[in-house]
Amino acid sequence: MIRYILRRLLQVIPVLLGTTFLIYYMVFAMPGDPLLTLFGDKTPNPALLEQLRAQYHLDQPFIVQYLLYLGGALRGDFGTSYSGQAVSEILARTFPVTLRLAVIAVVLELVLAVVIGLVSGLRKGKFFDNINLIISLVLLSVPIFVLAFLAQYFIGIKLGWARPTVSGSAPWSELLLPGIVLALSLYATSMRLTRASVITTMNQDFVRTAYSKGLPRRRVIPVHVLRNSLIPTITNVGTDFGVLMVGATVTEGIFNVPGVGNAVFQAIRHSQGPTVVSFVTVMVLIYVFVNLGVDLLYALLDPRIRYE
Amino acid sequence: MSDYLTRNDHFVAPDADHSIGEVDAVAVSDKVSNLWLDTWRDIRKRVLFWVSAVVVLLIVIVALFPGLFTQVNPTKCVLDFSNAGPAVGHPFGYDKQGCDVFSRVIHGTNASLSVGLLTVLISTVVGVTFGALGGFYGKWIDAVLSRVGDIFFSIPYILAAVVIMSVFSQYRNVLMVAVAIGGFAWPGVARVLRSEILRVKNADFVTASTALGRSRVKTLFLHVLPNSIAPLIVLTTLSLGGAIVAEATLSFLGVGLPGTTMSWGNDISAAQSDIRTNPMTLIYPSMALTITVLAFIMLGEVLRDALDPQARAAR
Repeated sequence: MIRYILRRLLQVIPVLLGTTFLIYYMVFAMPGDPLLTLFGDKTPNPALLEQLRAQYHLDQPFIVQYLLYLGGALRGDFGTSYSGQAVSEILARTFPVTLRLAVIAVVLELVLAVVIGLVSGLRKGKFFDNINLIISLVLLSVPIFVLAFLAQYFIGIKLGWARPTVSGSAPWSELLLPGIVLALSLYATSMRLTRASVITTMNQDFVRTAYSKGLPRRRVIPVHVLRNSLIPTITNVGTDFGVLMVGATVTEGIFNVPGVGNAVFQAIRHSQGPTVVSFVTVMVLIYVFVNLGVDLLYALLDPRIRYE
Repeated sequence: MSDYLTRNDHFVAPDADHSIGEVDAVAVSDKVSNLWLDTWRDIRKRVLFWVSAVVVLLIVIVALFPGLFTQVNPTKCVLDFSNAGPAVGHPFGYDKQGCDVFSRVIHGTNASLSVGLLTVLISTVVGVTFGALGGFYGKWIDAVLSRVGDIFFSIPYILAAVVIMSVFSQYRNVLMVAVAIGGFAWPGVARVLRSEILRVKNADFVTASTALGRSRVKTLFLHVLPNSIAPLIVLTTLSLGGAIVAEATLSFLGVGLPGTTMSWGNDISAAQSDIRTNPMTLIYPSMALTITVLAFIMLGEVLRDALDPQARAAR
């Protein structure tokens, strides 16, 4: 296991260097002056421009700028946003909210996917299964912001069952609606994985053996079938968790959830390019590490992975 | 010899003295069987295929000839009609600016479909290049190309597109949006094609091609790629839906197509603030978007079922 962890950690290093370099390159080696965009339509004072240039190390060659940035990032300094706040401070404030939203969404996704996927897989080709497959197809096609608006309009505004937007402290109860929206948008893939896996497992010899030993259905299904069908679903839900850490931008924006995604959403909406970039870099780092965690967890669950 | 080849679709040794050639030959009247014909025979029986194919065709026609479906000018807006309900000749009513919603939905099709097709074209060309070279040549070429792919794969492509579009904010057009999405969506294509080529490249017909003296490059193009293309077609169809959603998401965030371009994402974004008073201006373009994506995803799923012989046998 330790060898596996070390190998995976070593594999992450080139990815981390590559992603940060790529984003940095896209932004700073491009035509146009990032500082000029700071001033919008106004013509900046040349002295001020020089001072800013030195402050942001823009007078140095590109590779030096990148290394300086990397050094800062290693010490937890990811730069400053437009409003003068450190990106790391904003993250510290918003991250717990995003984490709670992700937990709600992932738990709902897992429960729905396992229960409905199991029932659907056991009744392959029957009425319930067919209807379920069609619904999942529709859920796969609805863009997340459409789903979010529909929920906001019908449940939040028309029926008044939930607040259409989340208030500043983001209590668990108000995060439920955006959580459901996220869960629904992710659920279809997980449900299909569970269903396919259940169908495969049902045809395995050990299930036939269990039945022929005289075990009742209520024991065979949860113990023999379900336990052996869950690994693809759990892996997928784990990956979704990584996506939610960074990808809930649109949903958080629409429901005004004060999380990481919303901070990015606001920065995009107000065209604060450099802030967007600092956030995205951090989010990519989080994404890579969450995926690393999921991989390690997966290796813990399934020993075969370690000895590949 | 060439006569036999063309008539029988498989190689029969030329033999003038004996009639073995004719004995060995496959009767021309037999049903020809190959992956594509089997697939066609399979999908033409499926309702889902015809439904999705007709919808896709309709969407393409709408995108190419919007004038066939509406005579109303989508940019001639009268503020008197701001947020007005449906009227004769204006079935979807008006938006905040007093523009005809139906006409805007029809005219917005072009932008969504163009971005979708261009994105898929870009991600397929880059992905096929990386996947085919890596999978076929192996060794250090594969190692380098796979690591580069890993790096691009580690950046969620919506986030990457947001960064690119923020950087190039002065060049916001269909091509730029397609480059921004496709430029980071290709590792998926490369991975699928690579694993498929790894499966195919040790097959006997590939060895035979090399043994008969074909160059590696020709073998790759004539034998390996055509036999690895099936999963790619499925992925392309499915990702067309994804690309259309990605464009709408970018436009919705305000970093996609410029506000002057008619697109569903822009219209949804503009209607967002009026969700309480006039939700239908938001719902109609959303429905158009969903139906389009649904059609492509359905088509992709039907193709996946049909192109996979194992799945076909299981049914």
